[in-house]
Amino acid sequence: MNSALVVFLKEVRESIRDRRTMINTLVTGPLMAPLIFLLTINTVVTRELDKAEQPLVLPVIGAEYAPNLVEALKQQRVEIKPGPADAEKAVREQDADVVLRIPAKYAEDWKKGEPAQVEIVYDESQRDASSSVNRLRGMLDRYGERSGALRLLARGLSPTVMRPVVIAERDQSTPQGRSGLMFGMLPYFFILGAFIGGMALAIDTTAGERERQSLEPLLANPVPRGRILAGKLMATTSFAVTTVMLSIIAFSVAGHFMPTERIGMVLTIGLRFLFSALFVMLPLAMLLASLQTMVAAFARSYREAQTYLSLLMFVPVIPTLMLSIMPVKAKLWMYAVPLMGQQVAITRLLRGDFVPFEALLLSFGCTAAAALVVYFVTSRIYHNERLAISA
Amino acid sequence: MIEIQDLYKTFASAGKRVVAVDGVSFIARDGEITGLLGPNGAGKTTTLRCLYTLMQPERGRILVDGVDVAADPLKVRRSLGVLPDARGLYKRLTARENIAYFGDLHGLDAATIKKRSDAAIAALDMADIADRRTEGFSQGQRVKTAIARALIHDPKNVILDEPTNGLDVMATRAMREFLKRLKGEGRCVLFSSHIMQEVAALCDRIVVIAKGKVVADESPDVLRAQTGEANLEDAFVKLIGTDEGLAA
Repeated sequence: MNSALVVFLKEVRESIRDRRTMINTLVTGPLMAPLIFLLTINTVVTRELDKAEQPLVLPVIGAEYAPNLVEALKQQRVEIKPGPADAEKAVREQDADVVLRIPAKYAEDWKKGEPAQVEIVYDESQRDASSSVNRLRGMLDRYGERSGALRLLARGLSPTVMRPVVIAERDQSTPQGRSGLMFGMLPYFFILGAFIGGMALAIDTTAGERERQSLEPLLANPVPRGRILAGKLMATTSFAVTTVMLSIIAFSVAGHFMPTERIGMVLTIGLRFLFSALFVMLPLAMLLASLQTMVAAFARSYREAQTYLSLLMFVPVIPTLMLSIMPVKAKLWMYAVPLMGQQVAITRLLRGDFVPFEALLLSFGCTAAAALVVYFVTSRIYHNERLAISA
Repeated sequence: MIEIQDLYKTFASAGKRVVAVDGVSFIARDGEITGLLGPNGAGKTTTLRCLYTLMQPERGRILVDGVDVAADPLKVRRSLGVLPDARGLYKRLTARENIAYFGDLHGLDAATIKKRSDAAIAALDMADIADRRTEGFSQGQRVKTAIARALIHDPKNVILDEPTNGLDVMATRAMREFLKRLKGEGRCVLFSSHIMQEVAALCDRIVVIAKGKVVADESPDVLRAQTGEANLEDAFVKLIGTDEGLAA
């Protein structure tokens, strides 16, 4: 039997007997991501729907100056409340999403047929409040339009003279596209899965083995160090791949329980997604396993390795953040960059967009090449004679 | 047979080069027990690590059964059974699985591994622990398992770094008997120790190392005669120049 295979089988057997590693690989890694995601999206969706359906609570200052306007608002299920003494303060302190202020001059201006001003006081940075603000603005606009049309009719003019241009909106985003925007962070969860799945083995097989003083006897065997490393990497990779596979499958199942249709979104998580996602994630799991092993081999102790690897975990966030802050068009070169390629490919697959096979192949090839480079660097570290010495 | 010729090895320590082994030469013959005696920090472990190819010496040559360690380290490792200073086991594997792992790494077939494991388990009197996971093993049980796995490929040469370290009286006695048995089988046994009694009781030849240099390479009787001291302890102290780091 090939000695790398011997090392691989032993590492797998030993890890299978470790309950904590198995829980991380089979449960925490794969399930954490879909669960957190499910919770987040549920909260977001439920809150949005609640806001649209519930009556809008609106503090109004100076309601007595515009009884007709207030009455019109009430008819659109707005619950009018007496306004606070200081509208700005109430908004700043989030006592109210939005406050409507009607100046005393309103009635006078209205009677003269001049533009009568009302103020809406809100805080743009309060994302929560934006749906309330938009609802109120829409109602005020419609009230204004309606009153304007009535005035034109009273003067014998057609209300259409006020509307030389009519806008008809044709939204080109597909239902999948809208969800893709929201699910842009999903690839990170898959990458995180690979990370969690391989972490215990990466540490155990290097820093852990050295700390337990079993590396020196192991290296006294007539096996080239590169083969020993290859076996260890194969074991780490296979655990990482298992976690990724389970997390993609878990997500495919969980996706059906997400209330996405209620906000007009559709996720494309069929078999095509499953296999394409696995295809691009496979070399990434290899790359991450090599990186983790390399970092853990540098560490002097188990604890130190854990610290380094926890920091390394934040590296995959970078392309995720970059792509969500600057939503650039997917270009072919992006697939060539490890992490970014996976990010772009999985996001597009989720949106139901077409990803050419060459792009998937490019992502696979480049990430696999990067994994090989890291493997060779790690193998150099493994040939350092100080590696085996624990003290 | 193990031949070490003019071995030289330094380490970087706090920006300075520290000479760990400084021109060590000696021969360990088949069918003999050779003891490497010296105080802590004398260079024993470094010498042995160069021998089993974990480290590369800056100068000097090591031959194992005529094969140069630098030229063919894999072939050398195949003919060596090594019990290093570090003797960690895999705690989630049983003693038998720990032994079999090294057998697999040597490329032995399952039947041979089974046969040799059984023999080693009987010889080391460890049948009661053979199928237990090694987590929670006593120091003695750990050493037995580590020796059994080090000898699974039936090596001609056996190297042990401080084999009785941490063992109680009974386990130490058993270890000595085992070393004699290996010698009786015609093997070349080389072990290091800082315990004089042990070396005196076992060895056919004693190589005394102090500060990285060989200060004596003789049989116990010749050593006594050479130094003019009737007991070995005084002989050693005279050779090393100090009794620091030596244990009776």
